[in-house]
Amino acid sequence: MSHLPSPQFKVPPPDYVRSKLPRPTYDTPKRGPQKSVRLGRVDQWWQKLMLPGLIKTVWTGITHIWQKKFTVQWPEEVREVSPNYRFVHRLNKDEKGRPKCVACFLCQTACPANCIRIEGAKAPWPDREKYPVRFDLNELRCIYCGMCEEACPEDAIELTRIYSFVGTTRDEMIYNKEQLLEIFDLTRDEKHPQRW
Amino acid sequence: MMTDILIAVIRVLIVFGIINLMAGLLLWSERRISGLMQDRWGPNRVGPMGLMQPLADTIKLIFKEDITPRNVDKLLYYIAPAMTLVPAILAFSIVPFGDPIEIDGRRVLMQVAGLGDSNLELGILFFIAVASLEIYGIIFGAWASNNKYSLLGGIRSAAQMLSYELFLGASIIGVIMLTGSLRLVDIVQQQNDHLLFGFLPAWNIFRQPLGFLVFCVAAFAETNRMPFDLPESEQELVGGYHTEYSSMKFVMFFIAEYAAVFTLSALIATIFLGGYGWPGLTSDLVGPTWLPIIQALTFMFKTLLVCFVFIAVRWTVSRFRYDQVMRLGWKVMLPIAFLNILLTGALMPLFR
Repeated sequence: MSHLPSPQFKVPPPDYVRSKLPRPTYDTPKRGPQKSVRLGRVDQWWQKLMLPGLIKTVWTGITHIWQKKFTVQWPEEVREVSPNYRFVHRLNKDEKGRPKCVACFLCQTACPANCIRIEGAKAPWPDREKYPVRFDLNELRCIYCGMCEEACPEDAIELTRIYSFVGTTRDEMIYNKEQLLEIFDLTRDEKHPQRW
Repeated sequence: MMTDILIAVIRVLIVFGIINLMAGLLLWSERRISGLMQDRWGPNRVGPMGLMQPLADTIKLIFKEDITPRNVDKLLYYIAPAMTLVPAILAFSIVPFGDPIEIDGRRVLMQVAGLGDSNLELGILFFIAVASLEIYGIIFGAWASNNKYSLLGGIRSAAQMLSYELFLGASIIGVIMLTGSLRLVDIVQQQNDHLLFGFLPAWNIFRQPLGFLVFCVAAFAETNRMPFDLPESEQELVGGYHTEYSSMKFVMFFIAEYAAVFTLSALIATIFLGGYGWPGLTSDLVGPTWLPIIQALTFMFKTLLVCFVFIAVRWTVSRFRYDQVMRLGWKVMLPIAFLNILLTGALMPLFR
């Protein structure tokens, strides 16, 4: 915290105060000459009556009845989320359908919410040393910061744009390896955007 | 005699049902229209276009816990919701929704009040009397709740309604002078039997524009709706007089509000907009069978139109401050109402 100014530090006054120079002027948008209209007595009375204003107000409200509505009527209408929206995770598979994950624990280490639990074992395939036997991810604990996918050297864990996933218990929301791989099958065609 | 009573009971049941139905419909349309006016779609999930929403709300509220807070005045606390609901519905009893019809040689009035052939001579006076009863429900609720915010709302409501009732009555006097009768059937028939200047229907909105204006303002104040909803200003007083109420008691306050809106809309439509008739709409034109149906539909149409204005005003106009309400009432509206009486007296030969 040493780089922050101490509380006693005060912002020095601008130069023009110290140098007693004239205060700088800024360009203001050009407006037309300001007309000050002095209302006649009848107009004053008319304004005080408020009735025309009230009718105008109510009419403005009524015109909104047939104007465009902004509500997205989920689930009939699904809102298009931005390409780098971060939601439920997926575990990527390689071309042979095996999980890309090599159980290096980097995502688990990077996770600030401690929501990833990996159990590694010796891989049954010759091209890698380890693979995850279990890969549990607590979707309720996760804060969707995206650190895991940044940490992953194999691009194995990624966040998808699926935001409508629910469960009836807390245990249900702890996704295991199979479920995370299923999500990959669901979103296989979705091209992962370059995020950072 | 028994038949007369039976007919009266049937009329009461029909009108009571319609008012409750309309309260629900208004609840829905209020939420729908306010949504549309705020560029969103209001409730549209329950039933077609969300029309079952009031039903769902009511079921939800029935199953909520009915809490009676400690230290409330039990008796007043329990009767307050009824005290607001009853006058709102009772005031509707004088509103006619059709010309008297003949069934088996028996003349049947198309309104609740009045037994057999005898119409209620009080007419509008009855409405003014009943409308002032509505204060009691709010004050009882506010006082019994043992809550300072409720009490503040109740005090405001009392001051507001007392001062606005004054010119609510004064604004109709012009109409009564023109018609020469307190009965609403006479008022409606007189509005539709001739044309003004050959093209305008002789509705009281054209003959009594000032009276119409004052009556509308008073009606907004009477129903405690938006420009004048000081008693329940959510931002300052939590909920005003119904803060401490829950479950069905709260529903009753709610229904009372919408019933009052419907009743006052019906009265505005009847007194100022020609009621159930159109100029030229007579039994000769459409036949005796269709006339009551067309008249009832006309009445409904005009009432709902006024209801729409009520809702539109509520969701656009901002609330008055307390002193502004009082100033508007005593310094602006009351003189206008009296001026209207004087003008009507002076110009009566012209409009007769």
